[in-house]
Amino acid sequence: MLHSLRNTFSLGFKSLWNRRGTAALTLASIAVSAALLSVVDRVRTDAQTSFANTISGTDLIIGARSGDLNLLLYSVFRIGNPTNNISWESFETIQARREVDWLIPMSLGDAHKGFRVLGTNLDYFEHYQYADGLKLSLSTGDTFTGATDAVIGAEVAERLGYAIGQQIVISHGLTATSFVTHDDNPFTVVGVLERTGTPVDRTVHISLAGMDLIHAPPGGFRAPPALDSYEPEAITAVLVGLKSRVAVFSVQRFLNEYQREPLSAVIPGVALQQLWGLIGVAEYALLGVSAMVVLAGVLGLLATLLVSLNERRREMSVLRSVGARPGHIFSLLLSEAALLAFLGALTGLLAVQLAVVLVRPYALAEFGIQLSVGLRVFDFAVLAGILFIAVLVSVIPAWRAYRNSLADGLTVKV
Amino acid sequence: MSDPRAEYAHAVSVEGLKFGYIAGEEVLSIDALAIEPKKRVFLYGPSGCGKSTLLSMIGGVLVPGEGRVSVLDQDLSAMKGSARDRVRADHLGIIFQQFNLVPYLSVVENVCLPCRYSQRRLKRAESDDGAVEASAARLLSELGIDERLRARRSTDLSVGQQQRVAAARALIGRPELIIADEPTSSLDADRRRDFVSLLLAECESADSTVIFVSHDQSLASHFDEAIDLRDINRTERHPDAA
Repeated sequence: MLHSLRNTFSLGFKSLWNRRGTAALTLASIAVSAALLSVVDRVRTDAQTSFANTISGTDLIIGARSGDLNLLLYSVFRIGNPTNNISWESFETIQARREVDWLIPMSLGDAHKGFRVLGTNLDYFEHYQYADGLKLSLSTGDTFTGATDAVIGAEVAERLGYAIGQQIVISHGLTATSFVTHDDNPFTVVGVLERTGTPVDRTVHISLAGMDLIHAPPGGFRAPPALDSYEPEAITAVLVGLKSRVAVFSVQRFLNEYQREPLSAVIPGVALQQLWGLIGVAEYALLGVSAMVVLAGVLGLLATLLVSLNERRREMSVLRSVGARPGHIFSLLLSEAALLAFLGALTGLLAVQLAVVLVRPYALAEFGIQLSVGLRVFDFAVLAGILFIAVLVSVIPAWRAYRNSLADGLTVKV
Repeated sequence: MSDPRAEYAHAVSVEGLKFGYIAGEEVLSIDALAIEPKKRVFLYGPSGCGKSTLLSMIGGVLVPGEGRVSVLDQDLSAMKGSARDRVRADHLGIIFQQFNLVPYLSVVENVCLPCRYSQRRLKRAESDDGAVEASAARLLSELGIDERLRARRSTDLSVGQQQRVAAARALIGRPELIIADEPTSSLDADRRRDFVSLLLAECESADSTVIFVSHDQSLASHFDEAIDLRDINRTERHPDAA
């Protein structure tokens, strides 16, 4: 049985090699379809994982009244712009609630060479968690102690080649190029964070005092006696950790009904689910289109096999004369389809691996998506699925070859 | 090459055979035909007289509408298709007029091809020469195919070389019956005689019965017996075929 199978596949391979021009084109079309399906799923799942890993342990995100998604995107993912600020009094009111364990104030709106600048305090380094409860840690240097100190993310350090002691100038606004720079108040890099695979890597962190310093008129800013006691007039958002998760809904209701200024409080997990729900339709549409491309590739394979049948009738007749049974002819055609499908799908999946290695740094830098390298269960499912469909549709040419071989006998009348 | 073969009375026997591709249009009607083991039979007749049809029946691809066709005393007419295929794989070597070889296989691979489908022939080839490739090499050498050509693709050979490779393929594993269906029609007269002599010598050393079909009667002298198919086929279908 095994010997017969090996014989069939060996003949099938040699037959394909003999027609390698058309076989290569068919293989390429299957490779492209498999690659497309794999890429769409990889980007989809890796984007979800990257987003889900960005924040952990935070019970509520508070900002000025806006949509839940907008608040989540600008405060955590540094995507989009805040609609308004929150007053420091509101921050203190929230801080005074007994359910609250910790708060991280966030002040956004400026950038350095395309990287977002976040004004915050030392609680950020103590309480911010990502992935599965990991805390931020410094690879070199220390957290800020002065108003003009900056702690940069790993990506910022790597891309801009910054190290401790580097002087940087913050630009007003969020674009990579800005006409308004705060070059009268340069900052000094005092710490570089370990890589996290989150937007933290692409953030320049300064103190709240530093944020106010660069926006104050010349000479209009008085440096605080102690950095941690500095109280700005307003901030952009607040990350909240509660003593007990049971209190999430009551605190959320309190904040959403807050009378002194309009606030929004969102639960990160719920907002993420909203995000998946929103983009889920597009994801499945893309997967559907990719599946159609796979089908087109397999139909191309079917067409190739069918077209080749007539010119191969003499070959089949010779095989019959040396003892091949109709079943051998049938399985020869199936083996050719299986080989093309397997090699095509494998080529496509390996090409995806290569492409991922090449575009990985770009995807991380530009979109914050940590693309994973290595074949996954879905890839094996793609491989098996394409193989199955190819073998299934190749039953048609295999059956025709089988019928021809019975009708032609040992002499072909073509 | 001392393989004790099973004893059988006839290599081929045909009794009361009637066959037509279309109902009412008989192509073959043979009362009796018997070919003894190890005989070298020359079967001739004009194109369209039913030679290839008779060979297809002896090869077990076609079955008669009436009567019996037996090979090595096994009644093919009573067998299922798969059993007839097995008889062909194990006991028959077939050489065609042209397009004999599988284009994507090398010369040696073409010669070894029957052993992929018949364990019996595979074992006999291994028993004769130690390995099936060695058996193929010996046959190719005896049939005058240069060693350098063995690894080449069959399509790189001349027509005469291809026919000799086809003969080696038919002979590998020493099948009891060799059927050659006008294998010399594309060769010139000298090469035709050389090919027939070589083929018959090989068949003799393999103890194989030969049925050689041709419309060239000048070759008849090489054989033990010459049969004009028109003499035994009683159909009136091809009176002008002569």
